[in-house]
Amino acid sequence: MGGSVNGGATDLSSEMEVDAFRRLFPLRFHERHLVESVRPDARPLGKARETSLALGAVGSADGSALAKIGCTTMLAAIKMEVMTPTTEAPDEGCVAIDFHMPAICSPIVRPGRPAEAAPVVSKQLSDTILSSGMIDLKQLSLVSGKAAWMAYLDIYCLDADGALFDAALLAAAAAFSHLQIPVVSLNDDGRIVVVSKQNEVEKLKNKPVNEEKRKLKLKSIPFALTCILHKNYILADPTAEEESIMETLITIVLDSSCQLVSLNKPGGPALAYESVVQDCIALSRQRVRELQTILNEAISDMEVD
Amino acid sequence: MFFYVLGDTKVIAAVYGPKAGTRKNENPEKACIEVIWKPKTGQSGKPEREYEMVLKKTLQSICLLNVHPNTTTSIVIQVVNDDGALLPCAINAACAALVDAGIPLKHLAVAICCCMNEGGHILLDPSKIEEQKVKGFVYLVFPNSIVSMVPQESLRAGGELMEHGIITSVTHGMMAVDDYFSCLKLGRAAAAELSDFLRNSLKLKAGNDPSKAG
Repeated sequence: MGGSVNGGATDLSSEMEVDAFRRLFPLRFHERHLVESVRPDARPLGKARETSLALGAVGSADGSALAKIGCTTMLAAIKMEVMTPTTEAPDEGCVAIDFHMPAICSPIVRPGRPAEAAPVVSKQLSDTILSSGMIDLKQLSLVSGKAAWMAYLDIYCLDADGALFDAALLAAAAAFSHLQIPVVSLNDDGRIVVVSKQNEVEKLKNKPVNEEKRKLKLKSIPFALTCILHKNYILADPTAEEESIMETLITIVLDSSCQLVSLNKPGGPALAYESVVQDCIALSRQRVRELQTILNEAISDMEVD
Repeated sequence: MFFYVLGDTKVIAAVYGPKAGTRKNENPEKACIEVIWKPKTGQSGKPEREYEMVLKKTLQSICLLNVHPNTTTSIVIQVVNDDGALLPCAINAACAALVDAGIPLKHLAVAICCCMNEGGHILLDPSKIEEQKVKGFVYLVFPNSIVSMVPQESLRAGGELMEHGIITSVTHGMMAVDDYFSCLKLGRAAAAELSDFLRNSLKLKAGNDPSKAG
């Protein structure tokens, strides 16, 4: 009896063109690859896509970075502004994180309508960055109780091809390590003003407040890895196509000392058993080392220039 | 409609549906689940969007979506009072409301919050103040234990019980990997108890209400 859907698909696969098979039976197409321990883009299951990082991509920002994981592209930029700190934390600055998904990033996002994923990724990013302790907010203080830095971090998704959170977090961490805090000084009215290159005279008159503290010291940078759980397989760093077909995603964020910053699995048809979670954490550990070297290389390249 | 109270955290969950048609970008071959999260005061912002997404994906994984294709079921969550562990409370409420509405489910979802304090002790279901003080906390959702005539049904190939699989995990704050697994172990034990409680209270409700019985 060849009446079953599965039987029919197997029969068709021999006579159908690969592209047609991929569109008509996406799940079977992927499962066929998984049996051979390979993915449609010729990666092994546990391997992430090629990752690159460029610091200082935006000239007008105080710190910026462009991160690419495969085709997923994220542009992160930081603008610093002076603000009055809150009374509860007089010697702490503030970080505001926003994630944007313009319509150009994916065919699913329609112009004029905000993408559903954007606020969720944005919330996860700020939770992760703030709870990881990467940035010591005390370093952003200028004059206790009077003035502190507000860092506006904006991340733009230029191409959404899966693992958005991983790429966004990498871009954010890179932008913070590239950040050059502007020099400010106290003027005669006791106000904080940014010392620009033009008014050198002013610079001579008023001593800069933060001449030594131009760089943020980042401790334990968090890195993320998203995996797909499908049957007994674990697929690291999925593409958008894989994410839409196999719906169980698990995102693990570890910092450089392999502490768990976040383990996020929002539902999905597959259950995560303890052994599976262990395997995913092992994959993330490996990925943390990879990303750490990529980030270090990007920073040292920057310093040479 | 279901009113769920966990200490001082109170949530009302209401289910409407299945209604005809699905929204755009949704698969019409399956039933669509829509979650609307109403905060206690003010407009819904980013945290509410995240809750909606987590709740939607969690409920999608326990519903039998093939039974009513091309329909939408709306779940409205109204927060009455937030005193910590809000999301687990909402998940339990939504789940009970789905049962009450007669939406076909694979199994129940049991949600629990575990938190890790500075001393390395694990607290279950923290209050708002405790939640702010602790080092990190985890929201865990497990499937409830299946009472099956066939014992193999609840076992997976690797010999792990189905109710030990995590449906949803959301963590906040830093913790060691080992701490996460100890939270998991404790959460699992607590979820088993909660699962029995849910089963019993749903049985009672079904018994009292002649329209739902049988």
